[in-house]
Amino acid sequence: MALLSESEAQALLQKVLAFSKADECEVSLTGGRSGNLRFARNTVSTSGASDTIRLQVQSSYGKKTGTATINELDDASLEKVVRRAEELARFAPENPEYLPFLGAQTYAQPASWFESTANLSPEDRARATAASIAACKSAGLTGAGYLEDNATFSAIANTRGLRGYQRETGIEFSVTTRTNDGLGSGFGQADFNDTKFLNTGQITETAARKAALSRDAKAIEPGKYTVILEPLAASNLSRLMIGAMDARQTDEGRTFLSKAGGASRFGEKIVDERVQIYSDPLNTEIPGSKWANDGRPRQRVDWIKDGVVTNLAYTRYWAQRQGKPEAPPPPGPRIVIGGGTASLDDLIKGVQRGILVTRFWYIRAVDPQTLLYTGLTRDGTFYVENGQIKHAIKNFRFNESPVIMLNNLEALGKPQRIEGGLVPPMVVRDFTFSSLSDAV
Amino acid sequence: MKRRDFIQRTGLVAGTLLLPSWSRGAAELASRPPIAAAVKKQLADVALNTATRLGASYADVRIGRYLNQSISTREDKVQGVTNNESYGAGVRVIVNGAWGFFSVDQLSPDAIARATTLAVEIAKANAKLQTEPVRLAPQKGLGEVSWRTPMTRNAFEVPLAEKVELLLSANAAAMKGGANFINSQLFQINEQKYFASTDGSYIDQDVHRIYPSFNVTAVDPATGRFQTRRSLSMPCGRSYDYLASPAAGKRSGVTPRYTQYYDIVEDATLAAEQARAKLSAKSVVAGQYDLVLDPSHLWLTIHESVGHATELDRVLGYEANYAGTSFATLDKWESKKFQYGSPIVNIMADKTESGSLGAVGYDDEGVPTKSWPIIKDGILVDYQKTRDQAHILGQPEGDGCSYSQSWADVQFQRMPNISLQPGKEPLTPEQMIKGVEKGIYIIGDGSFSIDQQRYNFQFGGQLFYEIKDGEIVGMLRDVAYQSNTQEFWNSCTAICDRSDYALGGAFNDGKGQPSQSNAVSHGSATARFNKVNVINTARRI
Repeated sequence: MALLSESEAQALLQKVLAFSKADECEVSLTGGRSGNLRFARNTVSTSGASDTIRLQVQSSYGKKTGTATINELDDASLEKVVRRAEELARFAPENPEYLPFLGAQTYAQPASWFESTANLSPEDRARATAASIAACKSAGLTGAGYLEDNATFSAIANTRGLRGYQRETGIEFSVTTRTNDGLGSGFGQADFNDTKFLNTGQITETAARKAALSRDAKAIEPGKYTVILEPLAASNLSRLMIGAMDARQTDEGRTFLSKAGGASRFGEKIVDERVQIYSDPLNTEIPGSKWANDGRPRQRVDWIKDGVVTNLAYTRYWAQRQGKPEAPPPPGPRIVIGGGTASLDDLIKGVQRGILVTRFWYIRAVDPQTLLYTGLTRDGTFYVENGQIKHAIKNFRFNESPVIMLNNLEALGKPQRIEGGLVPPMVVRDFTFSSLSDAV
Repeated sequence: MKRRDFIQRTGLVAGTLLLPSWSRGAAELASRPPIAAAVKKQLADVALNTATRLGASYADVRIGRYLNQSISTREDKVQGVTNNESYGAGVRVIVNGAWGFFSVDQLSPDAIARATTLAVEIAKANAKLQTEPVRLAPQKGLGEVSWRTPMTRNAFEVPLAEKVELLLSANAAAMKGGANFINSQLFQINEQKYFASTDGSYIDQDVHRIYPSFNVTAVDPATGRFQTRRSLSMPCGRSYDYLASPAAGKRSGVTPRYTQYYDIVEDATLAAEQARAKLSAKSVVAGQYDLVLDPSHLWLTIHESVGHATELDRVLGYEANYAGTSFATLDKWESKKFQYGSPIVNIMADKTESGSLGAVGYDDEGVPTKSWPIIKDGILVDYQKTRDQAHILGQPEGDGCSYSQSWADVQFQRMPNISLQPGKEPLTPEQMIKGVEKGIYIIGDGSFSIDQQRYNFQFGGQLFYEIKDGEIVGMLRDVAYQSNTQEFWNSCTAICDRSDYALGGAFNDGKGQPSQSNAVSHGSATARFNKVNVINTARRI
């Protein structure tokens, strides 16, 4: 019911626009179905599914604007939500930064919908989870995990002729495998648009090996170490830098890219020249969204090229004010960090003395001036010597900036899909660990 | 009483039920009144009867209308005004010993029956994997009851212009006071929740929350440095009273700290001065300090190091894949002598404190709310539990701390208010500071991070004042402290008295998969912790 076709969605949006009495009106509709299954202690815990839909209406009188949302779609509710947005707009003060809505746009056509994922049933979820639980049990471990699949659509339309429709499917799975004595823990995670790529048993087996290896962790002194970051760990920190590359805040002197006297590091090399970061909705491994929140088309954007800041994220208002008519919208979650061909094992072989990090946890900003973050290693942290994993070590708290991290780059491996992006494993020198944690 | 008997009896009076007085609330947001309890009851009975017919041993249904409004501004401009409304139902069942859940946004009897059927199907599919059948603690049916957040002024009924003017006044005060930028927001929430279960409970609740906040930035163009100072307001379980009451309970000191009432204009004025002062503050010398922690800061440390550590689902491993587990394991509780903190540390769990984010009459599985001790005289004595967890500790009932962020999500164990009880002897923060030789006085919450078993943590703050020989000698920056939970709470040597007690809290405590937000408050009076490790966070890029 909640998964509307393009013609159904556009018919509904046009009906909503017909209620509008404002100078301008833009409406968007998102919805779909979602199912999930959660397990812990090697047995299912909670699970469920939902059909949801959400209509958003933004109405404007001159430079006054109001937004209202609702999830009831009978005619009375449709009119109610339009009137409410108009009422908010009438009572709101003028916003001098308001820009008229966009007219018709041409959007890229990412292949983001897969029937295989859209048709998953509760039994399919139970089967995929059973494979993971079986792998935990056969390894003598306690597993906890989560499987979620979605089939969603989004549609947009406005009184200036903009129209857009997109369907997407997605499935994600993660599992934590713990030894029964609580002294070892491993983790695995994957996400895809097409469920056929997901192998929950295989992911669990990898996590199980980490759990077994991570028992009897030894404490080593905090300090600066060379780290081998698995793609998940590299993604955890790298995407924080991209998220902070906002043009207006930089121009206002309040990001890590701001410099004295109102200058910025735009166009400067801020990280190692091997670092390439871009977003591209047509990348077939991570097909993205057609448009940003304000309706601007998403397209390929290079954010960091050869270590140099080549683009910043602009709002339409700030782009116009700064004379950037084709400025890109914010990147969204689908980030590609370029890399090479080396596997994780290849990277480990190249390290004389270092620490292999599975992932980071509870990462929080400490200082926006330097983009300093803190957090901890989790679920598999190992000491590497002469290219080999020697033993597990206790988890560390880090205090580090992704800018410093990407400057101290030693090597990049082959990118893989993780957290919705494509990110390579990395070797980084002088990574700052500030204290030890007893957590397993 | 059997549920069917109960329905027949209450059905006789259902048609005469009056709309509660609060149904006229939310007038600005909803152009028609909230759904009458009698209508919701009829829909709920469709779910309960369908579930029972399909073999469920237990079922509950939550029918909710969730309203929120956010107003966001910067400097002299309103950036956005958004009203959200969401209406739907979530049905939860136990079949063959397993949970099933399905939520739906169509509230016809047919759609509710379909959702219930799908919840039953999910439970049956899950039962094949289930090795520990659900054991639900009994809960007596409560009949038809209701509860509402106490308030004198409903924020949804306050004209938009008045709310906008207040935010813009705060912005103007900050700009006049030397800020380069200010972003301010007012966020208000109304959960109209109806719960019914096969136990024979029909619970109608009207829950309100509000959160005014801002962030001030001061830039030094000569150096390119910038500093921020966030508001010292707290999200709370109140409505517009928080912004429009007489100045009650304001605590004086190096900067005003607010309890019952928040003066956003005064705080914005001071924030601008303080953000600018932070630009030239002394960078802290790393080392051990005695910390004096204001309630506006300490709430977050309590939340992370006690609140999450004593959630029973974490302790048992149910959150292992996301939020993590806990160092506060059952053997420590069973020993009855695990010294979580020093003997002056008493921490209560609570779902009733007026003005708190956790306060409701009943939780999302029909249990009346209460207060209970978690740490008594420094010893771990209990956890936070839902009905399906109570048997694990040999207890007869749930604690009233089941919660779901909306009708669309399944309810599970969520943190109640977890609060440090004030000291028994008279003590003010000024008297406490006089006894500190080398210390830092921290006001406001900042950066926060803790490991997945709640041992190692690091916290920042908003304002840091250096204490030397019992006096505040100036402002510090680049401060964060690191400690271990048990070590930290055992270093607590003094807690101010009740006159200094205040609530802090968060709207957005995340837990679960799919992740859900929970709103929770934490009370404390100013407290002292000796010899805590402080790091300097300044770096160069």
